[in-house]
Amino acid sequence: MKRGLSGFNIAALVVGFGFLYLPIVLLVVYSFNASRLVTVWGGFSTRWYASLFRNEQLLDAIWVTFRVGLISATIATVLGTLAAIALVRARRFRGRTLFSGMVFAPLVMPEVILGLSLLLLFVSLGLPRGFWTVTVSHATITMCYASVVIQARLAAFDRQLEEAAQDLGCPPIKAFFLVTLPNIAPAVAAAWMLAFTLSLDDLVIASFTSGPGATTLPMRIYSQVRLGVSPEINAVSTLLIGLVATGVIAVYLFQMRRKTED
Amino acid sequence: MSARRDRTSLAALAPLLWLGLFFLFPFLLVAKLSLSETTLAMPPYAPRLDWSQGMAGLRAFLAGLDFETYARLTTDRLYIVAYLSSLKFAAVATFILLLIGYPLAYAMARCPPSLRSALLMAMILPFWTSFLIRVYALIGILKPEGLLNVALRAVGLGPVSLLNTDTAIYIGLVYAYLPFMVLPLYAVLERQQHDLLEAAADLGCAPFEAFWRVTFPLSLPGVAAGSLLCFIPMVGEFVIPDLLGGSSTLMLGKTIWTEFFANRDWPAASAVAIVLLFTLVIPIVLYQRQQAKLTELGR
Repeated sequence: MKRGLSGFNIAALVVGFGFLYLPIVLLVVYSFNASRLVTVWGGFSTRWYASLFRNEQLLDAIWVTFRVGLISATIATVLGTLAAIALVRARRFRGRTLFSGMVFAPLVMPEVILGLSLLLLFVSLGLPRGFWTVTVSHATITMCYASVVIQARLAAFDRQLEEAAQDLGCPPIKAFFLVTLPNIAPAVAAAWMLAFTLSLDDLVIASFTSGPGATTLPMRIYSQVRLGVSPEINAVSTLLIGLVATGVIAVYLFQMRRKTED
Repeated sequence: MSARRDRTSLAALAPLLWLGLFFLFPFLLVAKLSLSETTLAMPPYAPRLDWSQGMAGLRAFLAGLDFETYARLTTDRLYIVAYLSSLKFAAVATFILLLIGYPLAYAMARCPPSLRSALLMAMILPFWTSFLIRVYALIGILKPEGLLNVALRAVGLGPVSLLNTDTAIYIGLVYAYLPFMVLPLYAVLERQQHDLLEAAADLGCAPFEAFWRVTFPLSLPGVAAGSLLCFIPMVGEFVIPDLLGGSSTLMLGKTIWTEFFANRDWPAASAVAIVLLFTLVIPIVLYQRQQAKLTELGR
């Protein structure tokens, strides 16, 4: 029986990936457009990137977004790792069903509900909304994603290695840091990156939980998009896409190399 | 051994407390607020629990809660239309996603392994790219003087006005959620044993019939997972109907946003959120079951 790709398969690939990538490619191309009009090509120019770096509001938003991302991703990774250990290793404990449900639910729940509920929490606690409320909110949602990524790796990890270390007299915590953690490190790194990117991209939850002085980049982009398409947004979007794509492709190549080495 | 295992569950303590405070508890607050009334105070709702009065304060607070807001939802046509159209948008978009996503996932799974992992990464990459930016990219194409109309004019076709229509919402939903549909389908299709199809062919089954009788039934767990993974968040979608849809388009996610930010009607926003949550509980539980089954299969 012949394997290979049929004409239909090739058409599906071309149309599917074309549909996925064409809008992004056009967005990137038009960020280098000299004309202010989005549909008229006025020649190649980097003027929008230059004006980007003079836009105080935008730079400020980028700075806030990065700090929120760094802190929330770090909290999310630590908590996500702990949650993954509990869910993969401890098959039964009190409240396990509730716990696994809570780790799972934020992955599919509409963001509007998550944002609203977190906001009501901060209001009822009397906390002023701002940088820290966004950071905590992002850490809460992204820890669930981090946990899923780490769970997959932890489930595949051979537990006997850690048990061997303990049989040789290594205390459990030390065995975890010396044996298990180095082994699941790629997943932990991937989890951190995922948490960071999700935080970087989030509009809805940030809009609900942020306050004056802590406007994130997606919030700034959103308020400008509502006024219309502008080449400056194309430029900042291009930078963000470039950053994320570089990270994802680097991880992919790194994993490919590891696979061929194994 | 057992003592060692008992202590592993301690790892759950910190994330459990965190999620209890920042995920579970807030939901109780939403539920409480949905039973409250709007006032012109800040925060704009009543009754508020006054602990300084002790039990009397608690009693007064409980007496102030009622189902008034829910009654308001059922009598106002806007909410009902928003509810039904959210379900319609999500269901139709899920169906379109299946029609587009299935052939795509199938073709990916049939590629040679080296190409397959590159395509897989190309499918995951948009997932990492900002949702907002991807929706923004569509605006530049769909708007009246956008690139779609420029291209149409070049081939002599009339301008179409898509932005701010329901069609634009469908395009946006399908575009944004395509990876969510393709990835679970691909995971199931890629694992399928090719021997099965060869056996079917040896027994005289035509390729197309073999697909319908072997490949497709075996991929149903992926179909279910992909459909639920798209359907659930799409029902509460905000960004797409807000940026691509017209002002007359009603969807629940947008309704919650508007009630909260524009109308400052926090109880109404909470009640809509609770209704949305109850609607999604069944699909969410189904999805979790499906995921557990798929994980078992993978091991």
